[in-house]
Amino acid sequence: MNDLQFLTWVRGTGLNIAVSIFLLGVFWRLFEIYSLGHKKDLSAPRHASGASGLHTVFRRSLPPPGMLKRSPVSYIGGYIFHIGLFIVVFGFAPHILLIKSLTGLSWPALPSQFVNLAAIVTMAAMVVVLFDRINKPVKRFLSTFEDWFTWAVTFLPVLTGWMAFEHMLLPYTTMLALHILSVQLLLVVLPFTKLFHVFTLFGSRWYNGRVNGHKGVPV
Amino acid sequence: MSATLEKGVRVLKEVIDAPIASYFNSCVHCGLCAEACLFYTETGDPKYTPIHKLEPLRRIYEQEYTVLGRLKKMIGLSKPVTDAELDEWQELVYNSCTLCARCSSVCPVGNDIVYMVRKFREGMSASGHAPEGIKGAVNRTVTIGSPMGVKLPAVQAQMKHVEEDYGLPIPLDAEGAEYMVLLSSMEIINFPEYLGAIAKIMQQAGKSWTLCSTAFEATNAGMQIGNSDLARVIVSRIVEGAEKLKVKTVISPECGHAYTALRWEGANLVGRPFSFEVKHILEVLGEFQQQGLLKTEGFETDKLTFHDPCQLARRGGVIKQQRSLMNQVAKNFVEMPDAGYMNWCCGGGGGASAIEEGEPLRLEAFKRKKAQLDSVRPDRLVTACANCRIVLEEGLEHYQMDIPVIGLTEMIAEHIPKKGG
Repeated sequence: MNDLQFLTWVRGTGLNIAVSIFLLGVFWRLFEIYSLGHKKDLSAPRHASGASGLHTVFRRSLPPPGMLKRSPVSYIGGYIFHIGLFIVVFGFAPHILLIKSLTGLSWPALPSQFVNLAAIVTMAAMVVVLFDRINKPVKRFLSTFEDWFTWAVTFLPVLTGWMAFEHMLLPYTTMLALHILSVQLLLVVLPFTKLFHVFTLFGSRWYNGRVNGHKGVPV
Repeated sequence: MSATLEKGVRVLKEVIDAPIASYFNSCVHCGLCAEACLFYTETGDPKYTPIHKLEPLRRIYEQEYTVLGRLKKMIGLSKPVTDAELDEWQELVYNSCTLCARCSSVCPVGNDIVYMVRKFREGMSASGHAPEGIKGAVNRTVTIGSPMGVKLPAVQAQMKHVEEDYGLPIPLDAEGAEYMVLLSSMEIINFPEYLGAIAKIMQQAGKSWTLCSTAFEATNAGMQIGNSDLARVIVSRIVEGAEKLKVKTVISPECGHAYTALRWEGANLVGRPFSFEVKHILEVLGEFQQQGLLKTEGFETDKLTFHDPCQLARRGGVIKQQRSLMNQVAKNFVEMPDAGYMNWCCGGGGGASAIEEGEPLRLEAFKRKKAQLDSVRPDRLVTACANCRIVLEEGLEHYQMDIPVIGLTEMIAEHIPKKGG
């Protein structure tokens, strides 16, 4: 298989397999989790403004009082790489073209040099949070193979995409094929690892906000 | 697998619901919950990270409710939960967790960690891994009627004393009264001022009230240990008493967990909504204050600060009333850092104060409260939970801090002018 055949495969069959596993995985996992249901709360509710599931979905994106100071790397590093990933994934013109070809949806792209910069900043932030995970006793203590593995499968698409864009190390075709392959790896593992928080965090925040909102506590 | 472990695992399987599944799937091991937990911040030991306290429950979730987990279990790749492990976890689930819920308030993915600890305790209790101290408290509550072994004659003796001291009647089993007042054992034994304060406050407000001979104890050790069957037995006494006396409102005393047990868990434990309202005494005082039924004279002039009981504020939503009540009788009321919603636990909630072997850790965690107090240096500390009060007094004594601790209800009552005076 030469470079071009490799690229053709990852763009065709490979992509189809990965997207199928991703979609089936996401639907199955969401069903597996949320079909467990929960009991109705029979205690008399107390209403308070700002206390609801939806409020918490938004409010929990901001650090609670005192927390930023206690763990600045988690928050600042976390913000940077999440926003950076969002910019890179959804702001880069070729990505939008791909999404359009799959779903028909499209939106204006960001300048490619800006996306390039965002990719560099994202990678830097990811390296910082990785060091923080190694360095901080609590994070190191909690870390399992999955934490290191999911870091790597998130980092690789950004790295290979950036290297393809910069025509670094390998011929463009090969690097692009590797980039798409790394994205496929990410898509395949996402539903079955902690990366699934991309979906469940909305449900989790909502449950927390709703249970406490029932008590009139804006959490 | 031992019979008790089997029972524990079965209970754990039963308590796992969609919120718990969602929470476990959302955790990214960021460790921010540790930064919110006083047992971690004061010891620096990562094992006290709140989400780690749930590891056996997480594995049972994974092994029982996910396809991949079941597959792993089938081919022998997963680690089963054992008695030895649960034994090791006792310290993490009881001694070093007061159900204060600061972790649930900070988790960036929104995990309600304390909700899970509460459920995990059901399995710990069922498998025989709850601490002896809480077991004893539960047994006494179920067999005698109170965690400290207080019986009705002791309550009646105290009623008589209070009637003599205050010259006010203490009604017992008065049918059709508006309020039914509950006590905690701690108040019956250590803080009789509370009952006198209620008598004064109710008389001034012109409200009818009563104690109930079959339901005077408000605390619920069944909830603390994590045994819903026993918690139901304890809460049912109150429900039956309130319905028998046809009261409109049951007043939970200055006790945090009693309030949570009755106000939020009660109806769910008995399986139907209550026919009466449940209010914490500070909610009632707040209402009296707003309706102009709480008239006080004079002010405390020394520097006072207020310790928010977790179950009242963060877990109960009563945050404003105590501040407004403090300001009615205190000229120099100062707030500690993190006061209110994000207040730090006394270190002994959730049954932890009943665990003798947990005392050294409790005192270590108390350094957090000490730091809060050191930053405002109050003359006295006011709170609204008899358990907080005892734990605070122990901590203050240990660190040789000369700060008396008082209950807000009695302080308010001291400022109520004598009738006709």
